[in-house]
Amino acid sequence: MTHIRITEVSKTYPPQRRGGAPVTAVDAVSLEIDKGDVFGVIGYSGAGKSTLVRLINGLEPVTAGSIEVDGVDVTTLSEAKLRQVRQGIGMIFQRFNLLRSRTIRGNVAYPLEVAGIPRAQRAARVDELLEFVGLSEKADAYPEQLSGGQQQRVGIARALAASPAILLADEATSALDPETTDEVLDLLARVNRELGVTIVVITHEMDVITRIANKVAVMEGGRVVEQGSTYDVFTSPRTDTARRFVRTVVRALPDGDALAALRAQHRGRFFTIAFTDAGASEARVFGALARAGLDFQLVHGGVDDIQGRVYGLLTIVVRGDDEAIATALDGIGSGVTITEVTA
Amino acid sequence: MSDLLDQLTTLAPDLLEQTGITLWLVVASLLFGGVGGLVVGTTLTVTRRGAILAQPVVYGILNALVNTIRPIPFIIFLVALQPLARAVIGKGIGNEAIIFVMSLAATFGIARIVEQNLVTVDPGVIEAARSTGASPWRIVFTVILAEGAGPLILGYTFAIIALIDMSAVAGMAGGQGLGNYAVAYGLRQFDEVVTWSALVIIIVVTQVVQGLGNWLARRVLRR
Repeated sequence: MTHIRITEVSKTYPPQRRGGAPVTAVDAVSLEIDKGDVFGVIGYSGAGKSTLVRLINGLEPVTAGSIEVDGVDVTTLSEAKLRQVRQGIGMIFQRFNLLRSRTIRGNVAYPLEVAGIPRAQRAARVDELLEFVGLSEKADAYPEQLSGGQQQRVGIARALAASPAILLADEATSALDPETTDEVLDLLARVNRELGVTIVVITHEMDVITRIANKVAVMEGGRVVEQGSTYDVFTSPRTDTARRFVRTVVRALPDGDALAALRAQHRGRFFTIAFTDAGASEARVFGALARAGLDFQLVHGGVDDIQGRVYGLLTIVVRGDDEAIATALDGIGSGVTITEVTA
Repeated sequence: MSDLLDQLTTLAPDLLEQTGITLWLVVASLLFGGVGGLVVGTTLTVTRRGAILAQPVVYGILNALVNTIRPIPFIIFLVALQPLARAVIGKGIGNEAIIFVMSLAATFGIARIVEQNLVTVDPGVIEAARSTGASPWRIVFTVILAEGAGPLILGYTFAIIALIDMSAVAGMAGGQGLGNYAVAYGLRQFDEVVTWSALVIIIVVTQVVQGLGNWLARRVLRR
């Protein structure tokens, strides 16, 4: 069921200086985000992804197009109505954006005050939320006394306070080290799984997408250039931008200098093996080559787990009779794509 | 040495009275000008382009007004505003008239200090509050003023010291206080003991105010 429907949405900023050109941050973007999705939006900085996410909760008005949240077009709402909608959409930020003048408890209580929840109920709800993010003992601390990962967990607790159905995460892990990133991503996955919250994740890190997003849209220059299930986009990227992002997580195909260096080191024919099926694995490929009595060596690549499915991209060098190689490779079967590296 | 002590003993009641008047001038104008400055300064902060209640016209007018009035030397402002003081509070000279003019000057001086401190509040935190559905007014009180409280206290400390400075020329419009006392009895009668006594008291008052301000700001900022 569609939760957020973005249709032909554009956002243009007026020129910074008189006589300058207007800047189009988001350019005719259409996306459908289903209930329960963890929807990733990936792009380099300046791709328009942060602007796009701010259009969803109306922090910025659209220039054109419509955005339906639960069937209501938020782009036509008055500011007062929009504030009501925002109470049902939590948001977390790269730099956490906690109130320094308030304790952790005070920060988490903030959306509840906005929603007009009575004091006693607020206290109970705050306790519950701090318990959920594992920071009960920090309730009376101030934000600067917490680590980055802890602050982001407070940010998540605050975003969830008013029981929203949607959570917008704007580069939520970009200011964190790898270990705390894992901690925060695990928590987001739990929010999605246990509370059924639809999450929109904005990031420039492919790793974040493969860890938690079931769907992904790749943005470049304000446009969505590619979208689909994370597994599909990851295993068969169609655009250069998507390929570059994929390459940041798997040591995919060697190119240019790396390939030349490999060719200098190894004699023989180079093949890439991509396996995208649960039934396939490197063992089957290696077994077939070994049975054919071929001499081969793995020179590049790796195997990944994307959304619980295996994906591998390996480059091997094979030495031997061309016919024997062809026969061996033909016998490997489905779920594996083998291409000779010709460059 | 005992001559000096004798003289100070004789001066003590006067000095005490004049210190009291200086404090009265400063506290009263801080009350009016402090509130006025907070209102004008906060309005400047939230009406500027891109802020939560952006009103470029309101901002432009207020900004021009502050820019015009603030740089006027207080001694000229005091004399120039005598007719206005007379119209509003019924007299153009004396301590009450001084308080009226100091309050006005402080409103515009403090407005700028308030604005300068409040614009440093992290826009990200304001955005986070907006994302929860908070109204602009709620954000002014619970985010902008709350988050800016530490720097504001330091700004007000600075303003109080500026007010003590202003109060020194009260004598120009028939007002009293330590400044007037030092000029009338110290300078004009070549009595250095009076001048230096007034000076020392002002230094002590200033140090106490600054110390209190720093202490309070540290408590609010927790550092």
